[in-house]
Amino acid sequence: MLLTAACLGMVVLGPVAQAADTVKIGHVAALSGPSAQSGESITRGLTIAIDEINAAGGILGGRQIELIQRDDESKPPKGVIAARELIFKEKVAAFLGGIDSPVSLAIVPLANKEKVPFMGVWAAATPITRNKGNPNYVFRVSAVDALVDIKLLKYANQKFGATKAGLMLINNPWGESNEKGLVAADQDNASIEIVGIEKFENNDVDMVPQLTRLQQAGADVIVLVVNAPPGAQMMKSRERMGWDVPVVSHWGISGGRFPELAGPTAGDAHFVQTYSFFGEQGAAGTRLIEALKSKFPAIKGPEDIFSPVGTANAYDAMHLLARGIDAAGSTDGEAIRVALENLDGSYEGLIKTYTKPFSADNHDALGPDDYIMVRYVGNTITPVE
Amino acid sequence: MLIPSALITGFGLGSMYGLLALGFYVTYSVSNTVNFAQGSTMMLGAVLCFSFWVTLGWPVWIAVAVALVLCAVWGVIVERIAVRPFVLRGSSAWLMATVALGIVLENVVLFTFGKDPRGMPPSVLTSSSFFLGGLKIQLLQVVIPIVGLSVALGLYLFSRRTRYGKALLAVVQNPDAAQLMGINVAAAVLVAFAISGLFAGVAGILIAPLFTISSTMGTLFGIKAFAVAILGGINNAWGVMLAGLIYGLAEALITALLGSIYTQILTFALVILALAIRPHGLFGRAAAQKV
Repeated sequence: MLLTAACLGMVVLGPVAQAADTVKIGHVAALSGPSAQSGESITRGLTIAIDEINAAGGILGGRQIELIQRDDESKPPKGVIAARELIFKEKVAAFLGGIDSPVSLAIVPLANKEKVPFMGVWAAATPITRNKGNPNYVFRVSAVDALVDIKLLKYANQKFGATKAGLMLINNPWGESNEKGLVAADQDNASIEIVGIEKFENNDVDMVPQLTRLQQAGADVIVLVVNAPPGAQMMKSRERMGWDVPVVSHWGISGGRFPELAGPTAGDAHFVQTYSFFGEQGAAGTRLIEALKSKFPAIKGPEDIFSPVGTANAYDAMHLLARGIDAAGSTDGEAIRVALENLDGSYEGLIKTYTKPFSADNHDALGPDDYIMVRYVGNTITPVE
Repeated sequence: MLIPSALITGFGLGSMYGLLALGFYVTYSVSNTVNFAQGSTMMLGAVLCFSFWVTLGWPVWIAVAVALVLCAVWGVIVERIAVRPFVLRGSSAWLMATVALGIVLENVVLFTFGKDPRGMPPSVLTSSSFFLGGLKIQLLQVVIPIVGLSVALGLYLFSRRTRYGKALLAVVQNPDAAQLMGINVAAAVLVAFAISGLFAGVAGILIAPLFTISSTMGTLFGIKAFAVAILGGINNAWGVMLAGLIYGLAEALITALLGSIYTQILTFALVILALAIRPHGLFGRAAAQKV
């Protein structure tokens, strides 16, 4: 009788004990709405990394990682509610973000206040990691606007010989972050100047008026900062008015079906990425593509890996975060922060080999040397540098 | 170049607003009710056309025709489910019921069509263009105002020159008398809602190549179209169409001259100002009250 009860107890308690044993990692991103594809691509990178870590014995002496996801619908208030739920209800050890800078910016103060590490994997707004938190619990394996902006102006000048840049920026905090970055980059770059700054809304159908203003200001290149659907509206407006000016874009346009939405001129936009699954792959790249193919049957090759930066950044970020938690020796937020800032040794990741990726002063693992320029050829993202 | 290109943009968008607003006019003229979720019906037109044409691979003309018929049918469904039951009880709850039905439709589309915005493939309307005074104009930019104004003209001729049109308008003046004269009031109201759905469908299919197709694409259009209907004086077909054009032109000119961040603030402020000065709309008349 006692034995039966004990067995029953084991059966009942078994899974509970096992569940309590996992290390919960949260993820707040756009899983629905216009940028849903970005959320899916990040999820893929995270899932493969977690599978690899768990298969290799987990972290903290054998504990498995459990991913808990919440949808922010690209809306900052929803993102904050989701982050609160992950922190207070799910008690995650750390959590990762999504494509939308406004959402990540809204979450930053909460992460710092509650001392839970928040790892950005896509949103590039400069103040996400360079925030007022002291100490700062926000890390990132992604591009940083301030550095991307330097790259975009330099590329526009060197690739297209452009000397007068017209800015087309989404009217939200991400657009503002880049406006500051581009103006600062302009001051340090004598070979190109900004001749006009235009803003537009997510729902603007026609951007011919804004583009005409830039055309009249003498712009010989458009620098675009926006996500895929409104970015496509910009390209269609440009096509409609018959202005074949080069377009150099931040990477938001790679977060949706840009080639389909923008139509025949989608390939005219050259944009920044942190990684390309095309061309010769390193060990991590080959491994990841194979894992993606076997886990997601829709992926037959690199051309099926949509929104690739989401997958690439998330994959490396998850591995770095796991190393941080392991080095911290616990799931305590402060211990993880300190461990991430002092990660020793080098890790051969997908985007690069990381040697001391973070420090107390620098919470961004990637820099301008890690950015590449690409464009769409059909539905595939092809390097142009 | 700034002003001419803004005028082209404004005419195109303005006729879309006018077309949607005519949907409000038609049902209001016949039954004193409207489908507040006209923007959702517009979205339905675009989504159905895309699904038939691109997803199912039907010929484009069949896809357009079937999408339009289904939008008209949706108009009838809205009347039967969200309007008539409330009107029969003398309630104004159809206001909320039509909005609610629109939200239901948007969510059903979200589940079935998907979360990702989609883009209409290039067609002859978007890939053909011509130059006018150094300004490049896409064929679609000409077709949209032509269709909008033709529909308004057709509606005018239908309501003034045909027996059925006159019967429709008689219904709103005195439903009981119209019934006694042998006019089927219930059927007249249904037809009005079907026409309203049809107009929204036409607007949705025409705007789709310029925009991205998603479950929420019609929301802002619907709100603007209602503002246009009120601005034009909801009981005057030409007034409504003209108000649509004025609204579209104002939007495009404000964007061109001041920048897009001022567009919504100033256009809606102008609507409020216009209505403060002319409470029955720019081209409307106060309804006669019997005392």
